[in-house]
Amino acid sequence: MEEPVIEFHLDARSGVSPYMQLVQQVRHALRLGLLREGDQLPTVKEAVARLAINPNTVLKAYRELEHEGLVAARPGVGTFVTATLTDTSLAAHGPLRLELQRWLAKARRAGLDDESIEALFMTTFRTATQEDIA
Amino acid sequence: MTAVLEAQGLGKRYGKHWALRECTVDIPAGHVVGLVGPNGAGKTTLLKLASGQLEPTAGGIAVLGGRPVSGRAQLAKVGFVAQDTPVYAGLSVAEHLRLGARLNPRWDAAMARERVARLGLVPTQRAGKLSGGQRAQLALTLGLAKRPELLILDEPVASLDPLARREFMQGLMEATVEHEFSVVLSSHLVSDLERVCDFLIVLVDSRVQIAGETDRLLSTHHRLTGPRRDPDRLPADQHVVSASHTDRQSTYVVRTDAPIHDPAWTVTHLSLEDLVLAYMEKHVADTRRAALEVRR
Repeated sequence: MEEPVIEFHLDARSGVSPYMQLVQQVRHALRLGLLREGDQLPTVKEAVARLAINPNTVLKAYRELEHEGLVAARPGVGTFVTATLTDTSLAAHGPLRLELQRWLAKARRAGLDDESIEALFMTTFRTATQEDIA
Repeated sequence: MTAVLEAQGLGKRYGKHWALRECTVDIPAGHVVGLVGPNGAGKTTLLKLASGQLEPTAGGIAVLGGRPVSGRAQLAKVGFVAQDTPVYAGLSVAEHLRLGARLNPRWDAAMARERVARLGLVPTQRAGKLSGGQRAQLALTLGLAKRPELLILDEPVASLDPLARREFMQGLMEATVEHEFSVVLSSHLVSDLERVCDFLIVLVDSRVQIAGETDRLLSTHHRLTGPRRDPDRLPADQHVVSASHTDRQSTYVVRTDAPIHDPAWTVTHLSLEDLVLAYMEKHVADTRRAALEVRR
């Protein structure tokens, strides 16, 4: 059997559910160009044997990635990368970072410390996400 | 799909003491089920009822659609690895496999041999000379090579070191992918079960506190923190699991299907361990309240 291109790992204390950690690791590898179109993800058996996790966790992660159009399952063979994330959003990162830096400078000038900034960001982020759902 | 385990008002009494009571659960097939609770909660009793080693005092139980004590065909479908993964100290690894072959009609000899080789167990080695981790792996091999539709494991990793625990769970999970069977395993530590289980049963003081798919349990339980508020002023669809108050602040763990919109609350995510602990605390609080009411 061929060596898998990437290996998964799990952080038990991150607060992020295991299936989401797998999804994020694939996305991350795609962004970094570690995973390219045509690459095979670890099989469910490989991932399960390595991480000692429930097979449904891996299946759920792969279904999510499939739903996002990033991978496709070939029955009996495995799951393969069908798209890339390197070119689409990377271009937008620069300007967004610049805006964020400006905003951070403004927040500091207004007297917010690191914790207040983080709390403000997280509550706004959560409210915005919830409104999106609602 | 038939249920892997269905219990209706199931109870087991020893003399005056109920080891398990009013247990009603319905576990669909294809899950790895974690049975969690403190020592003495009734976990072993439930597992022994499921594997036909005990007969119920009250209620009924069906496993894979059949009665657990109904005979050979039923026994062949259900594997049981007892607490501390016992093996015969005087028998060699190879003799264990021969014994397994003789006792189990669906014995998978090739799988047993392959697994023993992969684990690096020497066939002529006596089981008594194996390390704790190796003994557990041998017991697991016997359970797996039986090719059951349901494998029950009672505290399989309790006495193992962290590495052996991990290797045991890796082997078990890998086998579930390969052979598609259901698993019920117990532990008094949530951390042992967190990664491997997709269905959880919390058993405290001989009663099931909650049971359900792990994802669903996690998405329907929330911790609310905010200005002090009495429980009767919470919405009716928010079931209080645990509550604590200071003069000014209230902290609740609630179960609800609806999202929580009340801006007064800071809502935080619960880990599986938090969730289990909340139910254990709930039980302690309920018992204390009952005791107080009796005294009044």
